[in-house]
Amino acid sequence: MATKTGVPTAAPAKAASLSNEEVLRYSRHLIMPEVGMEGQLKLKQAKVLCIGAGGLGAPLGLYLAAAGVGRIGLVDFDAVDFTNLQRQVLFGTSDVGQPKISAAADRLRNLNPEIQIDTFETHLTSENALDILKDYDIVVDGTDNFPTRYLVNDACVLLGKPNVYGSIFRFEGQITIFGYPDGPCYRCLYPEPPPPGLVPSCAEGGVLGVLPGIVGTIQACETLKLIIGKGQPLIGRLLLFDALAMKFRELKLRKNPECPVCGEHRTITKLIDYAEFCGVRGEEAPTTVTNIPEITPRELKTRLDRGDDLFILDVREPHEYQICNLNGHLIPLGELSRRVHELDSSREIVAHCRSGKRSAEAVDFLRKAGFRKIWNLKGGILAWSDDVDPKVPKY
Amino acid sequence: MAVKVIIPTPLRAYAGKQESVEVQAATVGEALSGLTSKFGDLKKHLFTEEGKLRSFVNVYVNDEDIRYLQKDQTQVREGDTISIVPSIAGGISAK
Repeated sequence: MATKTGVPTAAPAKAASLSNEEVLRYSRHLIMPEVGMEGQLKLKQAKVLCIGAGGLGAPLGLYLAAAGVGRIGLVDFDAVDFTNLQRQVLFGTSDVGQPKISAAADRLRNLNPEIQIDTFETHLTSENALDILKDYDIVVDGTDNFPTRYLVNDACVLLGKPNVYGSIFRFEGQITIFGYPDGPCYRCLYPEPPPPGLVPSCAEGGVLGVLPGIVGTIQACETLKLIIGKGQPLIGRLLLFDALAMKFRELKLRKNPECPVCGEHRTITKLIDYAEFCGVRGEEAPTTVTNIPEITPRELKTRLDRGDDLFILDVREPHEYQICNLNGHLIPLGELSRRVHELDSSREIVAHCRSGKRSAEAVDFLRKAGFRKIWNLKGGILAWSDDVDPKVPKY
Repeated sequence: MAVKVIIPTPLRAYAGKQESVEVQAATVGEALSGLTSKFGDLKKHLFTEEGKLRSFVNVYVNDEDIRYLQKDQTQVREGDTISIVPSIAGGISAK
């Protein structure tokens, strides 16, 4: 494995040198033999592209910049919002509403003015990916969705770039390095993404704020090791991290000879339509259950004020009920089929969730089960907060 | 043989919220069918309608991917750990 470390496209380190200010800044690297002047000059000449300036990108960007990676590219399209601040430590409260890319670049330039920050305020697409990636030695995937994961993987394989991969879910993380010629790629591990209907629902989403901090920091560590060519890189090994159990496990990854993008008989030789590949266009399918009778928050308020006998059914999870509720009867969507006896089909029922998606499924299910006097609260508790009662917090 | 099956976070909701489940089995296939007979909701998350393991779910015996062993025929021994490892993408968007 040792021969596979290091950045294949990095220029020889001797071309660069450090100023006195840089020597002082990086002195804790320079005095350890594993980095030393040679390693620090490699860092200075390295070019790393971070895809996503979110939960993973935040610690990644900070540590790469602090370590003196000479050129860091950032790709992100979002603006900072309040819900980001729980984990995206690149940003402060005053950045809310600002484009992430400019807030991130400002922060990194302030951290280390010696380095170059390139910003790409765009979605990574099949059209622009190869062009954006081609100038960098290493790509670090800090995205949060399957289409971009497959796009980054395929682009890295096509260009022969290492892809330092990290992904998170609630309190669990996965980290590895894809894209080395003899090592596996993301498609070797997972040939296809989950169909959207089977992705765990929003009710089970969420993430422990520190988790992307840990996973992104491990990605940063692996990136720095690749650059300086020291240690055992996480190639062919999938590191699993469980923050609740505080356990790391390691699984062996193998290159799949049948892999459609890096195998012997590859069928993917250029970038494809990743939204289509991941079924994103059908993503709304389970939730755009059609012909769902709806009631708007204002209509519901009017009817409740009038004293109509309406049964409010809340299909969210118990921990969401604790955040805010409309005094409804709580039956999480996943339990509805076995708790349907708790409902009286002779009464008028209004089902709601956070945004109206889960409750649409609930209404669809109950209508098929014979319920006739049932409506979905359009826009869920979010719309209720917007249109009826701003005291109800949005989450 | 008693083997431990580690349930990943995204699937715990379908397995009684447990982190791991102990089942009696001689092969991986038996272990997984033992698991899905205990937790019926898990089945559609692990298998296609044709009963094939889904392509975004990998199964490991200890640290080896069963695709490179004998797949569901892979023998398990007392004390082995089976890991179910689905692909996760980010999970930070709450819709």
